[in-house]
Amino acid sequence: MCGIVGLFLKDRSLDPRLGALLTEMLVTMTDRGPDSAGIAVYGGAAPGQAKLTVQSDDPETAFATLAQDVGGAIDAKVSLMANGSHAVLTLPADKTAAARAALADHAARIRVLSDGAAIEIYKEVGLPRDVADRFHLSAMSGSHGIGHTRMATESAVTTEGAHPFSTGADQCLVHNGSLSNHNALRRKLRRQGVRIESENDTEVGAAYLTWKMQQGATLGEALEASLDDLDGFFTFVVGTRDGFGVVRDRIACKPAVMAETDRYVAFGSEYRALVGLPDIATARVWEPEPATVYFWTH
Amino acid sequence: MPTYDLSTGGLRGLNEALHAVSGATPNEGWTVLNPMGSHAIAVGLDAPVQVTVKGPTGYYCGGMNKLATVHVEGSVGPGVAENMMSGTVIVDGDASQYAGATGHGGLLNIKGNASSRCGISMKGIDIVVHGNIGHMSAFMAQAGNLVVCGDAGEALGESLYEARLFVRGSVKSLGADCVEKEVRPEHLDLLADLLDRAGAKAKPEEFRRFGSARTLYNFDIDNAY
Repeated sequence: MCGIVGLFLKDRSLDPRLGALLTEMLVTMTDRGPDSAGIAVYGGAAPGQAKLTVQSDDPETAFATLAQDVGGAIDAKVSLMANGSHAVLTLPADKTAAARAALADHAARIRVLSDGAAIEIYKEVGLPRDVADRFHLSAMSGSHGIGHTRMATESAVTTEGAHPFSTGADQCLVHNGSLSNHNALRRKLRRQGVRIESENDTEVGAAYLTWKMQQGATLGEALEASLDDLDGFFTFVVGTRDGFGVVRDRIACKPAVMAETDRYVAFGSEYRALVGLPDIATARVWEPEPATVYFWTH
Repeated sequence: MPTYDLSTGGLRGLNEALHAVSGATPNEGWTVLNPMGSHAIAVGLDAPVQVTVKGPTGYYCGGMNKLATVHVEGSVGPGVAENMMSGTVIVDGDASQYAGATGHGGLLNIKGNASSRCGISMKGIDIVVHGNIGHMSAFMAQAGNLVVCGDAGEALGESLYEARLFVRGSVKSLGADCVEKEVRPEHLDLLADLLDRAGAKAKPEEFRRFGSARTLYNFDIDNAY
């Protein structure tokens, strides 16, 4: 099953409420996905700086000297903001690859969930309300965000199997459905040098889009191509640094509702997820068409 | 005129109250406030009660309906009037996928658009859609009438049995074994009645009729066991 929520703010005065609005949307989708929950929030980009979101099962030990360790390895100032089992490392953007290499030395204790100028990802096993409270999601600010509640099918209920998945700078993907050609595609993408960390089908979908974009496709073109190259059921919602997109497979079994006003564009697996949004009663509400790419940018 | 606030009373309380209405108290009008996209509103009713839902609903609104009239002043989620036996379900807005699925009887009147798989496996229900319908509508439909005042999406009437499909606008494509058929006088009468009961402005003469060519494997007696 799974639940997806997404919110893209056109009226930037709503930015401080992004976390609160998304949290309520996410919690409403609990019975579509009680196994794990996650959220990607875009905001707080600083010129020349990059953010790496990392996660650890033993955060106290893993994060204790991480900023100094990474800073020493890449010869740059690194700051760390811990938030439960996650932490955001802020460092010079041109040192991102070096920082990822340095973090590989800590791979036994630390997973890198995302990197980019604006993206932060928080995801864990547990009920959406508990996950949201653990990370204080409702206090977060940003320009757009995507959330997911998971009912696991294709891989185990673990933090690394939770959505969103990020396989490229400031990119993320959440998925309702299941892909049936993910094993073959994972092998193909790994041979092309694409980084895929888990055995999860959705991560392969995310990696596929990243790979397409590395080949020169726009996000819209990559999403169009996914309709031919991905086999299975999917409603995807994707995030980029300044954009937000939706695509459904041709059969379109997996539900999707969208709402748009002058102030925002919102996505929900069900209308229930949207009822708490401002002025929803007068919003344009519609169901996205199958095999059609929808995209909004700031 | 009982009024029920779903935000305070809960779904189960509403459906229990509606089930308690017997045939002895017909036409008592109920109003349901704050549906907020909830699932399974007014399902399994079996008395001639009138229910007005003030806002959008989630999955399966009016499912298994018998005798009752359920009027949604908003849009509905997947599976509205699923397996309806009789009565009427009216939707002022749009309907999500598989509207009227497996319905045996009654009238499903959708004032907006219906998305994919509208009338899938319908078994005698009448469905009138004032707008457009999505792909794979009337898939494996067995009996009943589907009337579409707008356009139909891809693969209309795929693997159809005896149901009659009427479309006023364009048809993107026909599914396997679905063909266009002549509109005879009895079909015009049928359309006039359904359009009148649904309050649709369209004229019967504007519709084309589609049905089963009966050439699939299951129609060949030599394939019977």
